[in-house]
Amino acid sequence: MKALRVAVGIATIVAWSQPVRAASEPPPGAASCSGCHSAGATAASSVSRLYGRDAGDIMTAMAGFRDGSLPATVMNRIAKGFSDDELRAIAAWLAAQK
Amino acid sequence: MGISHRISRREFCGASAATVTALAFPLPAFAQSAARIVVIGGGFGGASCARALRQIDPKLQVTLVEPNRTFTACPFSNNVIAGLRSIEEQQFGYDKVAGAGVTVVAQAAAAINPAARTVGLADGTSLAYDRLVLSPGVDLRFDALPGYDEAAAAKMPHAWKAGEQTLLLRKQLEAMDDGGLVVIAAPANPYRCPPGPYERASLIAHYLKTKKPRSKLIILDAKDTFSKQRLFQNAWKELYPGMIEWVSLSQGGKVNAVDPATNTLITDFGNHTAQVANVIPPQIAGRIADIAGATDKTGWCAIDPVTFESRSAPNIHVIGDACLAGAMPKSAFSANAQAKACASAVAALIAGRSPDAPKLINTCYSLAAPGYGISVAGVYQPKNGLLADVEGAGGVSPADASRDFRAREADYAQSWFATVTAEVFG
Repeated sequence: MKALRVAVGIATIVAWSQPVRAASEPPPGAASCSGCHSAGATAASSVSRLYGRDAGDIMTAMAGFRDGSLPATVMNRIAKGFSDDELRAIAAWLAAQK
Repeated sequence: MGISHRISRREFCGASAATVTALAFPLPAFAQSAARIVVIGGGFGGASCARALRQIDPKLQVTLVEPNRTFTACPFSNNVIAGLRSIEEQQFGYDKVAGAGVTVVAQAAAAINPAARTVGLADGTSLAYDRLVLSPGVDLRFDALPGYDEAAAAKMPHAWKAGEQTLLLRKQLEAMDDGGLVVIAAPANPYRCPPGPYERASLIAHYLKTKKPRSKLIILDAKDTFSKQRLFQNAWKELYPGMIEWVSLSQGGKVNAVDPATNTLITDFGNHTAQVANVIPPQIAGRIADIAGATDKTGWCAIDPVTFESRSAPNIHVIGDACLAGAMPKSAFSANAQAKACASAVAALIAGRSPDAPKLINTCYSLAAPGYGISVAGVYQPKNGLLADVEGAGGVSPADASRDFRAREADYAQSWFATVTAEVFG
């Protein structure tokens, strides 16, 4: 009985603390991108759209911006603020957007 | 007996586990279908937040309270002042916001009852909320600078809220004779758009150099340093030699009083009588934040950096210029980024989930001249109860960049405006 109570307790905690983020909801950091990188296709912009782009390509670009091997005006300054794990989650989410 | 006892205890245990589970999740089943979020303020923060909430969870009932039917954007309004852009290009309506499922109420919010969770509107009606988001922007203080009240602003425009004031400053510059003196009074921190006064000085100088080249511009500053300072000062030397004079706080730049009758700005070191005086006064959070009990003694709103919930007013979240966002500047980009993070947090709280710690970005472009852009960027995350800079990230454009680099940043500035206004209003 004690075991059952503990199991239920653990299950409750897991269900509570797991990020049950909806698929439509961006991971931390990703929502800021669409300030410059258009979410829709309507804006007249010289900044590339990222929705639906290959996640690996986004990761490669961000890694290049971060280590300076890929020239940039502002993305080098921004990329330095993100870890590989964060970038992977952001890239995967951007790739999954239409 | 023993067996039946065990069974009954197991049944009891099962029932108690179910009860515990139900108690742990009391909100989702009911709140998700009926949760009401009211957002006050239809600028870059509020309109973004309202739309993001609907996007995250279309079941949320989201109401945007904004008295103006047309929004006039501040970013790029310095171009209007310099005659480089029309005010119409700054203006946006709320049709698409409403089309996204947000109920837009064209009323001013007049009262907030945090205990009853209601917002009283100017017409006497009220709106009930489960969570309230405040994005009221700034109020200009007409009690902080002797001589500078609302009537004085009709003579010495602030042009720090875009619209009529922007056009007034433009008209005054157009009417000024060649050889005139333009004075900009810049406030102490914090205030809306830290690089704004210096971009304004740059673009006014561009206009003067083109049309009235014998004129001068003085910036009287209540600070000793300012945003993108080196980049601006290098650009001024290069583009407008001898035209712009910046007087810092320690050089006596702080304006102590103004006299609108004579267009005079008074400092400890003397008086400046201007042909055109642009007085940017000190600011505080929009009045409704104070009514809500969300302001602290500074006049701004302290917030939790994960949820943007007010430190003093439960169930009330504050985003944009009105909040104390730690290292994040008061910019439209920040407001838009905060709005989306706040929407995620509010949706999570409504659903009974614990919100993820956000990661936020700001990028602010300024123009030193048409085709000459400079920027400051930052990445932020919660740390010690504040939104702190992620170390090693962010910073300003390089001091030694080529003109091609500056041209690209000017282009990206335009792109940012087009993109963010399409996201918020399009």
